[in-house]
Amino acid sequence: MTEKSVSVMPLLSFRGITKRFGPLVANDAISLDLNQGEVLALLGENGAGKTTLMNILFGHYMAEEGEILVDGAPLPPGSTDAAIQAGIGMVHQHFTLAENLTVLENITLGTEPLFAWRRDIGAARAKIARMADEYGLHADPDKPVGALSVGERQRVEILKALYRDARILILDEPTAVLTPQESDSLFETLRKLTSKGLAVIFISHKLNEILSHTDRVVVLRRGAVAGTVTTSDADRASLAHMMVGAEVNRPKATAMTPGDTVLRLTHVACRSDSEAQSLKDVSLEIRAHEIIGLAGVAGNGQRTLANLLSGLIAVDGGTVEILGATGVADPTELVRRGVGRIPEDRHATGVVGEMPLWENLISEDRRGAEIARGGFIIDKGRAVERTKRLIEEFDIRCEGPEAETRLLSGGNMQKLILARVLSRGPRFILANQPVRGLDEGAIAYVQNRLLQARTAGAGILLISEDLDELFALSDRIAVMYHGRLTPPQNTADLSVGDVGLLMSGQEPEAAHAH
Amino acid sequence: MRIETRQDIALWRVILAPVLAVLASLALGAGLIIWAGEPVLASYWALLKGSLGSRFALNETLTRSTPLIFTGLAVAVAFRAKFYNIGAEGQLYCGALAATFLGTGMISLPPYLMIPILMLAGAMAGGAVLIVPVLLKTHMKVDEVVTTLLLNFIILLVVGYLLEGPWKDPMSLGWPQAAPIVDEGIWPPLLAKGRLHLGFIFALVAAVLAWALMRFTIWGYEIRAVGLNASAAGFAGIGVNATVIRTALISGGLAGLAGVSEVAGLKGYLTLDLSPGFGYAGIAVAMLAQLHPLGVILSAFFISAVYVGADAMSRSTDIPTYIADVLVGLSVLTILVSVMLTRYRIRWS
Repeated sequence: MTEKSVSVMPLLSFRGITKRFGPLVANDAISLDLNQGEVLALLGENGAGKTTLMNILFGHYMAEEGEILVDGAPLPPGSTDAAIQAGIGMVHQHFTLAENLTVLENITLGTEPLFAWRRDIGAARAKIARMADEYGLHADPDKPVGALSVGERQRVEILKALYRDARILILDEPTAVLTPQESDSLFETLRKLTSKGLAVIFISHKLNEILSHTDRVVVLRRGAVAGTVTTSDADRASLAHMMVGAEVNRPKATAMTPGDTVLRLTHVACRSDSEAQSLKDVSLEIRAHEIIGLAGVAGNGQRTLANLLSGLIAVDGGTVEILGATGVADPTELVRRGVGRIPEDRHATGVVGEMPLWENLISEDRRGAEIARGGFIIDKGRAVERTKRLIEEFDIRCEGPEAETRLLSGGNMQKLILARVLSRGPRFILANQPVRGLDEGAIAYVQNRLLQARTAGAGILLISEDLDELFALSDRIAVMYHGRLTPPQNTADLSVGDVGLLMSGQEPEAAHAH
Repeated sequence: MRIETRQDIALWRVILAPVLAVLASLALGAGLIIWAGEPVLASYWALLKGSLGSRFALNETLTRSTPLIFTGLAVAVAFRAKFYNIGAEGQLYCGALAATFLGTGMISLPPYLMIPILMLAGAMAGGAVLIVPVLLKTHMKVDEVVTTLLLNFIILLVVGYLLEGPWKDPMSLGWPQAAPIVDEGIWPPLLAKGRLHLGFIFALVAAVLAWALMRFTIWGYEIRAVGLNASAAGFAGIGVNATVIRTALISGGLAGLAGVSEVAGLKGYLTLDLSPGFGYAGIAVAMLAQLHPLGVILSAFFISAVYVGADAMSRSTDIPTYIADVLVGLSVLTILVSVMLTRYRIRWS
């Protein structure tokens, strides 16, 4: 424990929290303290136990062992109300706001008595205005939440917690949906909050922001505390080492000479359910041996572009030329042409979880000559043979071809999708968030496989929200904002700040220089 | 109390679930028998004897299970694709209508042509009923539960109109029934005594074919994929709408065959009480079979036995035959619970 926790009573303490799910120990005797006025980073890979710990704090789960103390008093386990009463507020990564209600209504939702003749809107309004002034969290109380930007919505989420008199604020991956500039403004808010005596738990796996904006770091690894350090004593390498338990070696692209054009988008327009997601005049060319990184805040048209290149939707204007032929809107035809598609959400669109591995590996070419006997009967023998070969080749850890796919870990499920895509030797690959939610080992594996495919002659469009990944792998980077695409620029000529400005729709000065 | 997902579901649990569900429904039904003032064991013994205890009883149970296998398959196939066809009852009547339309004198061919033609016509009519509901679902997201359910009543009214009006058999002494199917179209009985007919063999063949379709073919693969995860299926290039439409046609066709079977195999002519709810009971059959086509055979046999046995039981005791509906209803509830228990584990803490 740090000196602080000895001298002052911590605001919040976890004492030996243990939580098991069957054979898995999600939290293994975790103890940590949160002091008044500090920002504590909770760092760990996916599956390290961060979310489980917070769910226990919030009463969603009950710990098998250990207790939680707020101001030295034990918090009743298994009760969300008790957590809120004790002054704990949570800002989820995926906002829990009703889009059709106003800011004011969203903030007060659930705080009012169920049976009351009238609402005291005046008092609520005054309280929100006071908080807004005090913490610099400005939001128009009468605007519907649906009309707000992502950054503004997050402010409303924080206001929601403060309105319930939170003294402990938990932010779960708060910057995942923000531009670098919006993130900076969030950190400013956090500084104001802590100066007023609040304490913040900041959950993240981004080392940079943890290093520059927190006071202490608790690192979780495989459910246990791997270390607690004062941020000023830590550096990137030491934190990464603590988090992964080994040296972190993410691959980096080396220069290659581009080959023939594999993808050409010319003035593409494509409507989507929202204006920001609709593609407008998008032009892009990708050649063999080339990775184009696509940066952008989520919800700016990346999904529309991905759906278009996956063959799920048709264009409304302009032309799409993939591997020498125009026209899309048929996944089967695209796959036959030599397109490999790695979807954004492996659980929702990548695999059918209840089907065995072998059935998921034939999903794209089930009607092809190899699998469909007589065009109608599935040749299971061949499919299982193929699955065995790919399990070997892609190092998929599983019980065998007949195992249910949903039982695979995230990394192994992504390997299964890679196996399905890359075993066909695609010449154009759409990789949409290929490493999201994976642990370091799996990230390095996936990135290496993509680089191998590039070496073998594929052109790759890499859509990612992780700027580190984009800068490490891409030859050129383009940015999407409100459905428009900036011309790709050489990665070497760009800085993270430039890309951040482009992500918020501004023209970086550096960009003019080239 | 907490509910946790089971990681591996053992095969014995999957098989045991319906057995336990059946036992649980019988245990719950015992309460009603006690309420009716009858001895539980003796009543159930009467039910068992009345459904399986004699050649006649067994024959009747198999006869009754024939339409239930068809409607059970119709529901099982549709539910696999998450197309909730509640309209097997109406599709059954449309199959019967088609068989009546062609089979009461319009065409007359030797049996080896006549029987398949009536079956084909019935299947097509049953499938045709679902064309509008399925297109409303795929193109306008209209809930098929509502449309298929309400169509049942419309179809039944149409049947009533036909039987009271244009299709009424002048020889029927005023009863609302259609003219009999010509002899060439009648399905022959399987045994010298009893009502069991060729339709039972057809039903078994249909179950095996449906099982093979779901398990070994591209269509079955696509139906299962669409039902389990439509978005992943669509991403892989499976035409989700096309698959749902295809499934609906197969489902309606199977239900239509139930109608042909009752008209041409059992009754010989169409009446308004051709089906005492075989279409709805098909949902229970399919649920009890956990949507497995071969399981449908067993669960149709069970549910048929309950109905036939309850008739016998009500003759020897003071328990009304409604007990059969209660037992079937209870078995649906208990199978839902026991299937949940195969997938999840309840922890008390």
